[in-house]
Amino acid sequence: MKARAASPDVLVDLADIAELRGIELGSDGTLELGAMTTYTDIIDSAEARARPILGEVCNQIADVQVRNRGTIGGNVCSNDPTNHLPPLLVAIGATMTIVGQAVERSVPADEFFLGVYMTAAGPGELLTKISVPPGKSDGFASVPIGKDGTCIVNVAASLTNRTARLAIGCVDAVPVLLTPDSTEDAAVRKAVHDANLDPPWDVHASAEYRRHLAEVLALRAVAQAAERR
Amino acid sequence: MDPVSRKTITVDVNGERYERELDARRLLIHFIRDDLDLTGSHIGCDTGNCGACSVLVDGTLVKSCMMLAVQADGAKIETVEGLAADGELNGLQQAFSDHHALQCGYCTPGMLMSATALLRENKSPSEDEIRKGIQGNICRCTGYVNIVEAIRAAAQ
Repeated sequence: MKARAASPDVLVDLADIAELRGIELGSDGTLELGAMTTYTDIIDSAEARARPILGEVCNQIADVQVRNRGTIGGNVCSNDPTNHLPPLLVAIGATMTIVGQAVERSVPADEFFLGVYMTAAGPGELLTKISVPPGKSDGFASVPIGKDGTCIVNVAASLTNRTARLAIGCVDAVPVLLTPDSTEDAAVRKAVHDANLDPPWDVHASAEYRRHLAEVLALRAVAQAAERR
Repeated sequence: MDPVSRKTITVDVNGERYERELDARRLLIHFIRDDLDLTGSHIGCDTGNCGACSVLVDGTLVKSCMMLAVQADGAKIETVEGLAADGELNGLQQAFSDHHALQCGYCTPGMLMSATALLRENKSPSEDEIRKGIQGNICRCTGYVNIVEAIRAAAQ
């Protein structure tokens, strides 16, 4: 609304709906995050440390005031291509719970992001919860404009026993999910190459520079994830 | 429930209780400045970038241009006017004065509120922690070095 991108006739304040907030750690290690959980809540939460990358990345978003008010659900539903959480949640295999008037459905993060500012949550629907499976072998690397500023390229990586999931942000309308054959540098480089990225360019970075960053940051994110195996 | 375009809210600002009827679309900063006449909190950018309008709402640091006043109904709000007690600068304000931590002074109210929030959580922040604590506040004079020094001095 401040950016004049929307001027709705009616606003609905969700602040009093307690079910939309909070972080729960299930007995199987799955984290359930209410859509209106703030970045600060996640950073401060003992439960959220079950998946440390969540708090680490939230602590790189903007500034204290934004982290106090901004929410995980707001971040993913706005789906600005420069946001950190869309690629992160795609890489770590999160699941979104969307509630409509009649039904509740679950959508994997890699099917949730549909386009710039567009998600699988349609008219009359509400994102209520984000579920994150257990894991710790995660990495995140980004080049923002100034510390913790708007992102030029970001990459999240998550490794399981033999698989690697990489999600690259800021290079397309939605995070680009890659699954290299291994975590070796050559395999990661090949996966980024083979994706034939066609990133946008602007005053901050050319398309060529974004392609270059995608490769460099992919290697860094995978290296960080590999250290945490 | 029918939408409303006006609403009566009650807030506690710096220990004083206010009840006002206002437009539901009114921003918290406009409520504080124009309705309550507490003009210490500034409007710099009005887009959530500069932090000059920072206040504490129920102890949480927020940019008051990014929040509707009706969302603060029932809240305890602290603004820069609440820092000095009985006309005496508090330790943080005195440190800003002693370290020449203001040039034009426009960002100062927001800086003071961000520093207040930081020092409540962290009694002896490192320089990095201070810089991260005031990251949401822009000083257009770029006088950050003295601001960081003042906050560090106030912490001691």
